[in-house]
Amino acid sequence: MLYWSPMLAVVLTILSGMVMFALLDVNPAKAIHTFFVAPVSSLDGIAELFVKATPLVLIAIGLSFGFQANVWNIGAEGQLTIGALASGGLALAFYDVDTPFLLPGMMIAGVLGGMTWAAIPAFLKTRFNTNEILTSLMLTYVALLVLSYLVHGPWKDPEGMNFPESRLFHEAAQLPVILEGTRLHLGGLLALLAVAAGWVVMARHIIGFQIKVIGMAPMAASFAGFKKARIVWLSLMIGGGAAGLAGMIEISGPIGQIIPVISPGYGFTAIIVAFLGRLNPVGCLLAGCLMALTYLGGDNAQIEMNLPNAVTGVFQGMLLFFLLACDVLIRYRLRVVSKKVPEAA
Amino acid sequence: MIPEWLVPTILTIITAATPLVFAAVGEAVAEKSGVLNLGVEGMMVIGAFAAFAVGVSSGSAILAILAGAAAGLLMALIFGVLTLYLMSNQVATGLALTIFGLGLSALLGYGFVGKTFGGLPKLDIPGISEIPVIGPIFFGQDFLVYLSVAAVIGVNWFLFKTRSGMLVRAVGENHEAAHSIGYSVTLIRLGAVLFGGAMAGLGGAYLSIVYTPLWVENMTAGRGWIALALVVFASWRPWRAFFGAYLFGGITIIQLHAQGLGIDIASQFLSMLPYLATIVVLVLISRDTTKVQLSAPACLGKNFHASG
Repeated sequence: MLYWSPMLAVVLTILSGMVMFALLDVNPAKAIHTFFVAPVSSLDGIAELFVKATPLVLIAIGLSFGFQANVWNIGAEGQLTIGALASGGLALAFYDVDTPFLLPGMMIAGVLGGMTWAAIPAFLKTRFNTNEILTSLMLTYVALLVLSYLVHGPWKDPEGMNFPESRLFHEAAQLPVILEGTRLHLGGLLALLAVAAGWVVMARHIIGFQIKVIGMAPMAASFAGFKKARIVWLSLMIGGGAAGLAGMIEISGPIGQIIPVISPGYGFTAIIVAFLGRLNPVGCLLAGCLMALTYLGGDNAQIEMNLPNAVTGVFQGMLLFFLLACDVLIRYRLRVVSKKVPEAA
Repeated sequence: MIPEWLVPTILTIITAATPLVFAAVGEAVAEKSGVLNLGVEGMMVIGAFAAFAVGVSSGSAILAILAGAAAGLLMALIFGVLTLYLMSNQVATGLALTIFGLGLSALLGYGFVGKTFGGLPKLDIPGISEIPVIGPIFFGQDFLVYLSVAAVIGVNWFLFKTRSGMLVRAVGENHEAAHSIGYSVTLIRLGAVLFGGAMAGLGGAYLSIVYTPLWVENMTAGRGWIALALVVFASWRPWRAFFGAYLFGGITIIQLHAQGLGIDIASQFLSMLPYLATIVVLVLISRDTTKVQLSAPACLGKNFHASG
């Protein structure tokens, strides 16, 4: 049931989506086709799916560690933004320099940027016992305002006709495309590497074991001498670093400059991806592709059928609802109980 | 001599604080019963949309307010069924409620962008509402502001002075004990969650029909989350939540007035103030671990199933 529940949730989401479209006076069959099938019926579309899935998979794997240990980092969107700013700042600082070291440098800057932003809730949680849910989320709003300040102010393109955008990154600061003729870039491979690395740490390393014990049996963990504070730090660093790297991948891959909106909510959607993927790296890969499809579907429905692309958020929320509801079937079994009192023979 | 900026400043603080008062007091009741509903933002934004849509279509402010509360209540019902009957994780369900609410309101609100609503009539007692300072502040508000104060008084009385309020607190402190003497933990919690939803919906309604009487996507801008922080800040007491909301209302409007006073800081930094203040306040409150443990409902965030 652990693995059937996500599939049941997907089926229920699509069914309710059809009801929703019917209520909105839209042909349900056509809408579902536009949403879930049309975007991936070409090579280009499939490449685009992986471009969108890359940040989702990366962040979701990072967050899974924390969620297993009951560390609720929901500020990945902010960590992604700061990661993007740290690596983007590096790209702008070395604007005229053509060196192969720039991209690796940006990756490190992105990871460190995301980690720094996640270090604040980690510090406040371990030192002052402050709720990490609220602090990480508040920092997301702060990060988005930092981004807004930079693109409207110091980092605005001097030749950009006053648009709030940075300069376009140099060739050396852009991730190379790995599939000719599409936008699929090197970041996709990084996400696959993260799946492998995440699986090894989670399933085969002592850290993964400690995280699971702390999450499932905090008492047992403390008897075993596992340090809760260390796990809080570790899970926030992994989550923040992954989100920061995702931010770097976004600006140096599909975007290629710093713009006021870097992510269409990847940091929040990744939370759903993590749950849908059962907090398991391989699961996150599959769930990430599915969630990427809701983004593509939303865009496609907007172009083809003139539906607002907020439909994406509705599908994502519904999917998580149904998943959480179906999970009851993991621990409880439905039985038909007859209320009739058996007659005496 | 009273400076001339004083009264307008206080009036804007009141409008900025009122949505927070509604949402925080409602959430305090839900949390007192042991349910941590992180979906306040989602319930608020749906409430804001429903109130605005009904207000614009019907022209009636009363219907708009009722629609806001009803929409928040329906959202809370989803949360209640999932967490109380299907025993889903409260943190994850709350997040889902927020994502769903933001998406659904943006989808349905698509056709309402650009429309405006007339707002609410203000109390006007001839002679009294014109008294300098005291008149406009205490006798010149709209109905919802008075309702928010009444809600604080009412909830405080209910929670701490009535038998039913004691039951709500009892299921929040020790659900097994409450169950063992025959009370339905699930039903009491459902009631508290639905009340929290209706109040969040009212807070949203205030945003879209009074504070900025138009519809914008994501117009709650994190206020639901700030309300959640206020509940912790207030140690789950309605009156402290009320004062906390006014404190935050004050911080929110600093940014409007700082520019007027000629302070040369980029607007983005001033906009960060409410979020940064939330963090600072949370740190100050949660530093004392024992105090938080004493004031937090002991069963907060824990699911209950009669089978044990």
